[in-house]
Amino acid sequence: MAQLNMVQAINQALAQEMARDDRVLLLGEDVGRDGGVFRVTEGLLERFGRERVLDTPLCESGIMGAAIGMAAYGLRPVPEIQFLGFTYSAFEQLFAHAARLRSRSRGRYSCPLVVRTPYGGGIKAPELHEESTEALFCQVPGLKVVVPSGPYLAKGLLLAALRDPDPVLFLEPTRLYRLLREEVPEGEYLVELGKARVARPGNSLTVVAWGSMLERVLKAVEGYDAEVLDLMTLNPFDSEAIVTSVRKTGRLVIVHEAAKTCGFGAEIAATVAEEAILHLRAPILRVTAPDVPVPLAKLIDHYLPGLQQIRSALDEVLQY
Amino acid sequence: MPEVLLADFQIKRLEVLNEKGETDPELLPELSDAEMWRLYELMLLSRIFDERAVALQREGRIGTYPPIRGQEAAQVGSAFALTSKDWLFPSFREMGAHLTLGYPIPQLLQYWGGDERSQKVPPGLNIFPFCVAVGSQIPQAAGAALAARYRRDPVAVVTYFGDGATSKGDFHEAMNLAGVFSLPLVFICQNNQWAISIPLKGQTASASLAQKAIAYGFPGVQVDGNDVFAVYRATREAVEKARSGAGPTFIECLTYRMADHTTADDAGRYRSGEEVTFWAARDPILRLERFLEGRGLWTPQKREEAAAQAAATVDAGVAQMEAAPPPAAAELFDEVLATLTPRQAGQRKVR
Repeated sequence: MAQLNMVQAINQALAQEMARDDRVLLLGEDVGRDGGVFRVTEGLLERFGRERVLDTPLCESGIMGAAIGMAAYGLRPVPEIQFLGFTYSAFEQLFAHAARLRSRSRGRYSCPLVVRTPYGGGIKAPELHEESTEALFCQVPGLKVVVPSGPYLAKGLLLAALRDPDPVLFLEPTRLYRLLREEVPEGEYLVELGKARVARPGNSLTVVAWGSMLERVLKAVEGYDAEVLDLMTLNPFDSEAIVTSVRKTGRLVIVHEAAKTCGFGAEIAATVAEEAILHLRAPILRVTAPDVPVPLAKLIDHYLPGLQQIRSALDEVLQY
Repeated sequence: MPEVLLADFQIKRLEVLNEKGETDPELLPELSDAEMWRLYELMLLSRIFDERAVALQREGRIGTYPPIRGQEAAQVGSAFALTSKDWLFPSFREMGAHLTLGYPIPQLLQYWGGDERSQKVPPGLNIFPFCVAVGSQIPQAAGAALAARYRRDPVAVVTYFGDGATSKGDFHEAMNLAGVFSLPLVFICQNNQWAISIPLKGQTASASLAQKAIAYGFPGVQVDGNDVFAVYRATREAVEKARSGAGPTFIECLTYRMADHTTADDAGRYRSGEEVTFWAARDPILRLERFLEGRGLWTPQKREEAAAQAAATVDAGVAQMEAAPPPAAAELFDEVLATLTPRQAGQRKVR
C-alpha cells in the first residue's frame, strides 16, 4: 500500500471520483493549470480537461453561487476556496442558498456540492490564511462540516462527502497537508459522515479533538490513560460517541484551535451537560486559542493550543 | 507617443411600440394575432393578480407583498420568449413572469402568505425559488448556464433582478463569469428606477445599466420596458443566441414601479406625485390596448370579458390558497437534509 500524505490522498480521491462520475467538476482559483496553491488538484486538468477543471476568475461568491446553480442543474461541483478566510466573501451564497436550497425548494432542488478549503494555522502564511472558524458554519442547518485528521481519513471522508446528497464544507487542515504520511489504499473506501472514531482507547478521561489538533493531542496524552475521540464530522456531530466515552471515563477535555467563545467546544460541553452530567467527576475543560484574531507567524505558536496547555488540562481534570 | 483608442462603444435603446399604440413595422416581432392577444391577457392577468394580492395583504390574508404594477410588459414580454425547458432564476418581483410560464396562482399566493410548501416548483418548470437576498441568484444562474453547456443542453438560463442588484458584488461576479466562460445566460434587469427609496442616480453614475455589459465583454441593450414588443424581441434574440452557444446578453428593461416597494412601504415619502402621473400615462397595458384596437383586436367589451375571466382565475386561486390546511409543526423539518441528523430527528419527534 502506498504511503501518501494528505495532499496526495485528497488528489487521489478527487481523481477517482471524477473518473467514476462525470457529474463531478472542480472549479476555483488556480485549481487548473497551477494545480491549486497547495497542489491538491495537480494533474487533474491534464487528465480531465478544461470542461471538468475550471480555472475561475477571482470571485469567491461567484464560485460558490455558480456551484449552487451547477448542483441544482444535476452536477456535483467541487468548488475550492483558496483559504477558509476567503469563504467570508461567499457567506451569503453558502448560508442563504447552498444550505437552504433543498428546504426552500421543498426538495425540488438539492445542492450536492463539496466546498474544499484549506483550514487552520501553523503554516507561516499571511493574514486570513490560517483561520479556524469552523463553528460559524456548524450553526447553519443544512450544511455538513467535515474535518479529516490524516491522509487515510481524508480520502475516505472526501469520497463520502462527494457522494453526499447535501452540501458539505470539507476543511483540510493546512498544517497536516504534508506533515504525516500514512498507508492509503489505492481502492475506493468511504468513511461515513457524522461518525466519530476512537483514535486511542483509554479509561481515565476523554479528549475530543479534530483536524490538526488531533496530532497534537495524541502526543500530549502519551503516558495518560486517555481516550481520544477524533470527531471528523462537526455537523452533524457524533454526540453519542462522546457521551458514551464520557460515561465511561467521567472526565472530558475538548481541544480546538479556534477561539474559545462560541467555539465548537461549547456545543460539545453543553451536549455532555445535557446528557451525561451525573457521570462527570470533574468540570469539562476546553483548551482553545484565546479570543483574539488569528495572529501572523511570530505569534501563531502562542495562539494555537500547545502540548503543555493540553497536558495541564489533563492534569487538572484528573486531580479534581 | 500618441494615445491609442482602446475601446469605443454605443448603447442602443430598442423601442417598438410607442405610447399612442404605433409601432415600427420593421421591428415588430413576428407574432400572430392570437399570440398578441395572449400577451395582453397575461398582462391583464398579472395586473389583476397584483391588485388582488395587495388587497389580500391589506385584509391580513397574506403577508408583505411586493407589487409589480407597471412592470407587466417587462415581465410578460420577456417570459413569453422562454420555453419550459429554459431555466429561470427570478428575484422576488417577477410574478408576471411566473404567471406567463404557468406557475400555479395558489402557490404564488401561498408563498406571500408564508407557506413553505408553496416553494416546491411544479415538475414541468425549471424555475428557482423566489430570491429575497438581492442579486444573490445571479451567480447561481451562471452556474446553471455552465452546467447546461457542459451537458450540451440547448437551453437558455435567464435571471431577473432589479436596478438595485446592479450595485451588488454578486451581479458583477456573475457578469464576469458569463463573459469569461461565454455562458448561455440572459441577464434581465428590470430597471424600475427605485430600490426602495434610492433612485437610479443614487445607485449608479452610469448613463445606462446596459452599458455595464460592455465592461464584461458581451452585448448590453436597453429596451423600453413598458413596450411588450421590444422586451419580447430583445429577449427572444438573446435566448436564441444563448441556446445556440453564442454567449450571454444583458437586457435593461427601462420601466417603472408604479406602486410601493412592498405593502410595508410608502413611496409617497420619497417620490413625487408628478413622477407617478408621468409614468401612469405610459402604462404598458394601455399602450398595448391602443395597438390592438388599431388592429381591430380590442374593444372595451373584449377587455371586460378578458378582465372578468382573469378575475375569476385569480378568485379560484385565492379560494384554493385559503382552503389549504395549515402546515404541521413537524413540517419544519421537511427537506432540510436528504436524511435528518439524529438531533434533528429527535427535535422533530417532540414538535
